[in-house]
Amino acid sequence: MLSYILRRLLYAVPILIGVNLLTFALFFVVNTPDDMARLQLGAKHVTPEAIDRWKVEHGYDKPLLLNERAPGSARFTDTIFFRHSAAMFAFRFGKGDDGRDIGNEIRTRMGPSLAIALPVLLIGVLVNVTFALLMVFFRATYLDLWGVVVCVVLMSISGLFYIIAGQYFIAKLWNLLPISGFAGGIDGFRFILLPVLVSVVAGIGSGARWYRTIFLEEIGKDYVRTARAKGLSEVRVLFRHVLKNGMIPILTGVVVLLPLLFMGSLITESFFGIPGLGSYTIDAIQAQDFAVVRAMVFLGSFLYIVGLILTDISYSWVDPRVRLR
Amino acid sequence: MTRIGTILFRAGLLAIGLALLTACSDNWNNPYPRSEARANVAYSAFSERPKHLDPARSYSSNEAEFIGQIYEPPLQYHFLKRPYTLIPLTADAVPKPRYLDASGRPLPDDAPSSAIAESVYEIHIRPGIRYQPHPAFARDAAGRYLYHSLDSAAMAGKTQLADFKHTGTRELVAADYVYEIKRLANPRLSSPILGLMSEHIVGLKALGDTLEKAVKAHPDAALNLNDFPFAGAEAVDRYTYRIRIKGKYPQFIYWLAMPFFAPVPWEADVFYAQPGMADRNLTLDWQPVGTGPFYLSENNPNRRMVLKRNPYFHGEIYPVDGDAADRRAGLLADAGKPLPFIDEAVFSLEKETIPYWSKFLQGYYDSAGISSDSFDQAIQFSAGGTPRLTKSMRDKDIHLVTTVAASIWYVGFNMLDPVVGGLSEDRRKLRQAISIAFDYDEFISIFLNGRGIPAQGPIPPGLFGYVDGVAGLNPYVYEAHDGKIVRHPIEMAKKLLAEAGYPNGRDARTGAPLVLYFDTMASGPDAKSRLDWMKKQLDKLNIQLVVRGTDYNRFQDKMRRGNAQLFEWGWNADYPDPENFFFLLYGPNKKVANGGENAANYDNPEFNRLFERMKDMDNGPERQRVIDAMLEIVRRDAPWIFAYYPKSFGLTQGWVHNVKPNLMANNTLKYRRIDPALRATRRAEWNRPVRWPIALLAGGLLVAVAPAVIAWRRRERKAA
Repeated sequence: MLSYILRRLLYAVPILIGVNLLTFALFFVVNTPDDMARLQLGAKHVTPEAIDRWKVEHGYDKPLLLNERAPGSARFTDTIFFRHSAAMFAFRFGKGDDGRDIGNEIRTRMGPSLAIALPVLLIGVLVNVTFALLMVFFRATYLDLWGVVVCVVLMSISGLFYIIAGQYFIAKLWNLLPISGFAGGIDGFRFILLPVLVSVVAGIGSGARWYRTIFLEEIGKDYVRTARAKGLSEVRVLFRHVLKNGMIPILTGVVVLLPLLFMGSLITESFFGIPGLGSYTIDAIQAQDFAVVRAMVFLGSFLYIVGLILTDISYSWVDPRVRLR
Repeated sequence: MTRIGTILFRAGLLAIGLALLTACSDNWNNPYPRSEARANVAYSAFSERPKHLDPARSYSSNEAEFIGQIYEPPLQYHFLKRPYTLIPLTADAVPKPRYLDASGRPLPDDAPSSAIAESVYEIHIRPGIRYQPHPAFARDAAGRYLYHSLDSAAMAGKTQLADFKHTGTRELVAADYVYEIKRLANPRLSSPILGLMSEHIVGLKALGDTLEKAVKAHPDAALNLNDFPFAGAEAVDRYTYRIRIKGKYPQFIYWLAMPFFAPVPWEADVFYAQPGMADRNLTLDWQPVGTGPFYLSENNPNRRMVLKRNPYFHGEIYPVDGDAADRRAGLLADAGKPLPFIDEAVFSLEKETIPYWSKFLQGYYDSAGISSDSFDQAIQFSAGGTPRLTKSMRDKDIHLVTTVAASIWYVGFNMLDPVVGGLSEDRRKLRQAISIAFDYDEFISIFLNGRGIPAQGPIPPGLFGYVDGVAGLNPYVYEAHDGKIVRHPIEMAKKLLAEAGYPNGRDARTGAPLVLYFDTMASGPDAKSRLDWMKKQLDKLNIQLVVRGTDYNRFQDKMRRGNAQLFEWGWNADYPDPENFFFLLYGPNKKVANGGENAANYDNPEFNRLFERMKDMDNGPERQRVIDAMLEIVRRDAPWIFAYYPKSFGLTQGWVHNVKPNLMANNTLKYRRIDPALRATRRAEWNRPVRWPIALLAGGLLVAVAPAVIAWRRRERKAA
């Protein structure tokens, strides 16, 4: 298995280079370093000298991909792409345009992102699986029918609506929880309750329907019929046998998400004032801070790859037939 | 239920119980710690994280909100007096320049500008002013700095300033002001005003060039500015320093009230330049060191920024001189009392308007702006058009504060454009016709909820040169009617258009319709109605308007290259002087030719001549006459459609005192007083938790689950 993991990690290197190159190309197709300097320096009293100084200060005074004036390998290394990209493979992200260390920001913001994303994932999976199993238990009855209708209704509503409605009713009208904000330690609990609740409710529709489909597929298989023939109760059949065998597709969806939890949620964090990585990314895109955007895309890609590897490993754990070589 | 399920269920119950327990004797929705309930703390929000807190770099109003309270330039604006008046802050008096001729001989105060080779400002600062507590000043018993030569081992475990055990302070000296002026030339800081100040301060450009060479020669070495001589500023003695300005530049005095000219102690630069500091975001750009009434005790721009009272603040008193209106508004109730009134100010990051507005209504913010979403909830207009608060706001004892900003929005004509540009009579008439057609009274009513005043010229209200009422109207666009200013009828615009060679919007020679192009940064669904309105204005003249929406960078690029025809832009005053608006129309500042701020590329020799005279004059009747003549020229030439002066509306809670909008001053937090007891009472009253939804939810769940449980049991029995 170790050689499999190492091989997969090595495969990740060209993928990450490709992602980096693509981000770089997309960003600089619409922005020149001069544009970035002007945006950062503001609208007043911006001179060409000030723009040049900003570019030097932030390392954007070199050619983008190819330095024709440089000798030898420096033609490729003495460029904006190489200078800003090579260090990332050692997870040194440099500084944002506001001068703050990106690595430090990521470390600081990971906690708040996880504080929301982890409970949302765990509670969400628990609620969705339970709801789905109940629908399967009552399949082909009015309870199943109305359960699906509720799921479709929940799926059809925009995520933003849940946030606004949650804030309006729970925080503003009923004064039950703070409308937004964040705090460390035990005091932070009351700040995360509302975003977690809203995110879980927003995810029930799609999650429960998906799991219902998985369980319905399982429930028609021979081993389920055998279990029933043995005289096992329906609850036992569902929770002991169907749930266990339905874990493989559930793991596919969940394990791949685990590393990405660090990246936070863009909209939720912004609306609830959570100082996580989601809002960091949104801010960087709005401010055209290439250093941060590139770092976050790189980190996102890396974590996605890690998530895929973890998914493969988890397959071998839950299904003895799967062997990684 | 499985074992894991049971554990999770119990953990959930425990968590909810804990949450309710922590909130049981408080307002459940209170975002602040209970211990702060009756503290003398001001609460407000910021929507955009500041980029720079270094006084040499910061140039945004959202940054000034913080550093204005921390750094102290030598001068400040009087809190109450209007027009805006400069008074000393750390200086003992507002300096008067001495003028010298080319050979260094003194000249009289009324010497002609052409004879003045140099203006010298000598500033005396008051002794006994001390910096905030900071580890950069900490010394041991032998007088050695404790934290000026830290290695990586010493830096281990230190992530914030509070991790440094010792702090110190020292007295403010004149050399600190000189040091900061030198910092403006530091290439590593990219000060936004270096280019502008290099034109005015003797030797600043040369210093910048020298420093740039030094940085190139030793890219990784720290730059000790004290090692570099500088002719433009010098410390004469411990409390006096001198700045040399090229020629005459009377507006320089206003710069002395901005953080760019606030003192920076060299110790701070040495402290922050040490290895490992920048990696921990410990830089002067993020951790200011000042002498002001507050210091930044918590700097987390991702969540909140906290200013605390500086224990070493030199002391200042609330102004005693205000006018009758100030007295009536209770703004002199604290006259003569020591400042600041509050102990702490907490600024929370609030990016979205819905939570921001809701928290204000819940009493968790002391003041708020009014977004368009909440405007109707807060403001209603009387029959006479006067804005007033709605009943629900008045019932909460919320107060409305309005002020006209020292800003202007305009639609510029590119004077280099062959269709709308040039100074010939027919082009002038074309621009005048278009100016009449754009009904900005209607625009203000529809799109700004009345938050603006139609502009009559480039100078906004509150600045010298602005003439109020009918006497100050733009006769080329407006006329007086029963003592009111009304727009010329559209027929006059049609007549002017015909005289310009476009009868009924068509070229008199070719018969082709007149098509104009409008460049704007506005885009998206929100901007569509506004852009449609603009098209509709020119429809009145049968002129077709093509809107070219673009992003900020492309727009700037078009302006630099002169590729726009009509464009929309605005300007906020740097300082309260008409020069700061007229220079936007001064010929040598043309954007295309010289990269200046004259985006319309307007160049009228007569206007230029008057500008050069006006900018060096003292305020008085003679200067007003020159300004009137300049206004007449720009109104006639119409290089801009003078759109509107924006009006800002703000709300404050009943427990907040001493609020008077001051568009020039950025250090007004020290005047603010709050009544924490009243605030605590109102918060408790406004935020009583409504418990029945919890019971309803529990009941609803039971009702939903019960049939399922019954059906399940029935099925289980059947199976058995």
